[in-house]
Amino acid sequence: MTDIPKQTLSELINNIKTKKISSEEATKAFIDRSEKSRKLNAYITDSFDRAIKKAKQFDQNPNFDLKLPGIPIAVKDLFCTKDIKTTAGSKILNNFIPTYESTVTQNIWNEGAILLGKLNCDEFAMGSSNETSYFGNVQSPIDENLVPGGSSGGSASALAANLTPVTIGTDTGGSIRQPASFTGTVGLKPTYGSCSRYGIVAFASSLDQAGPMSQNVKDCAILNEVISSYDEKDSTSVDFKRGKYSVELSKNIKGKKIGIPKEYRVDGMPKEIEELWQKGINFAKDCGAEIIDISLPHTTYALPTYYIVAPAEASSNLARYDGVKYGFRSKGDNLIDMYEKTRSEGFGSEVQRRIMIGTYVLSSGYYDAYYLKAQKVRNLIKNDFDEAYKKVDAILTPSTPSSAFKIGEKKDDPVSMYLNDIFTVPVNLAGLPGISIPAGHDKKGYPLGLQIIGKAFDEQNILNIAYSMEEKINFKNKIADWWIK
Amino acid sequence: MTIDLKTIKHIAKLSRISVDDEKAKKLAGDLNSIFDFIEKLNELKTDQIKPLTSIAETSLKLRNDEIKSQNMREEIIKNSPEKNEDYFVVPKVIE
Repeated sequence: MTDIPKQTLSELINNIKTKKISSEEATKAFIDRSEKSRKLNAYITDSFDRAIKKAKQFDQNPNFDLKLPGIPIAVKDLFCTKDIKTTAGSKILNNFIPTYESTVTQNIWNEGAILLGKLNCDEFAMGSSNETSYFGNVQSPIDENLVPGGSSGGSASALAANLTPVTIGTDTGGSIRQPASFTGTVGLKPTYGSCSRYGIVAFASSLDQAGPMSQNVKDCAILNEVISSYDEKDSTSVDFKRGKYSVELSKNIKGKKIGIPKEYRVDGMPKEIEELWQKGINFAKDCGAEIIDISLPHTTYALPTYYIVAPAEASSNLARYDGVKYGFRSKGDNLIDMYEKTRSEGFGSEVQRRIMIGTYVLSSGYYDAYYLKAQKVRNLIKNDFDEAYKKVDAILTPSTPSSAFKIGEKKDDPVSMYLNDIFTVPVNLAGLPGISIPAGHDKKGYPLGLQIIGKAFDEQNILNIAYSMEEKINFKNKIADWWIK
Repeated sequence: MTIDLKTIKHIAKLSRISVDDEKAKKLAGDLNSIFDFIEKLNELKTDQIKPLTSIAETSLKLRNDEIKSQNMREEIIKNSPEKNEDYFVVPKVIE
């Protein structure tokens, strides 16, 4: 039997169901490896003692009909977990202990999973490298001083380093797919409205979506099946018939039409990304798919649109952090002074920058020129996809314009950092599902990912395409456990 | 377009974030480079385009007006940085 932490979710479930291993053994194995991996800084808060207790409880009275029977799982620290500190990577929530549970995490516990701990992330999920977290940088298991991507950087690092069998992240502009791509793992952003936003610390409400991250496509389907649910506590949750994604998973994609958008061939794209994309096209053909050239003419406007819409919504969502009802409070001479000092000391610089952008584009005299304009362009971007989907079933692109970069390399240049999300942001703006799968390495040996974008609520189709391509790609992550002495 | 220091301080006031001169200068530089990038949208004519306000094409559902949670007083106040019995405490507002 493979070392427990190196087992896939499917293997673990099988081994627990057939009583080859107990939940306690599995839980202790992941805890042990997590303890040896402190150097990665993947966790903000661990819940190890409680996890062992829960695992013992499971073993005493096991229910093997559950989808995640006694499986230990660590989650991004953006999901509120009852009685367990939830920080969103921010000083302002450093002492926040939720009195309620997010719907997505509740769904996981209802299926028998056990919380290992809360994983590091960019502050309020604002970042592409996990460098904006108040709790410090996260190391990528791929190489020392390499970013794991962001904002779900702790999730990607913990997953790739085998500290958790699967994990969940959130994706507002690429925060699941980009770190998955950087760490050689699989990450799915479901259709907007498919996973409940209840209990997830809000960043940009019209874009935020939770999703699974895993070692392979099958595990991704299993986890998506658990987390996706209609929830009356989220007013934008959509009540559609959700598939049994893992049961219906199929490698038969014969005759599927896959679009290749010419606008994604951006200036200055490294040759290895271009080659990876071509390789992906060939694999899709080998799987029996038909390749069709398409155009998404407004692609180049997606990032500027995003950097109006997302900060505008963030500035409004983050108005709640005032030092009164919960979270960090600074001392002030009067109420306003207390607010201003609390927010100035409690938020990090990227968050303050985005609140300022958002406040500006929503302020009197600028609303029409920026915010309304961006909402109009967002419509054009969505229309591009609607038009394309008259001709194709899915779209294939690279996940990111480059492989992972070193810690500190892009930190002082916000615009260059934002360009990381050039291929993922349009998908959030259009509310579509997108999955990143590992597809190769660059010449430094760092992973590169391909993204498959689907029609709204067509997760099954992109999972199937990913599943069949995964077999042809046969990707092997190169991780040498450099952080364990 | 350039955002000057006076505007930065005005936005900071609206954002309830305290900024000193040095921080305002840094923010002005950052915001100007970000807005240079955003200005690209002006290339597009959008007079006839409708704004997209919600991506989920559903109308809000109505529900019965029933009380589902009660006696949450302790839970609500639990995380407060400063409280007095059942009240949130803030710096004195009325002289």
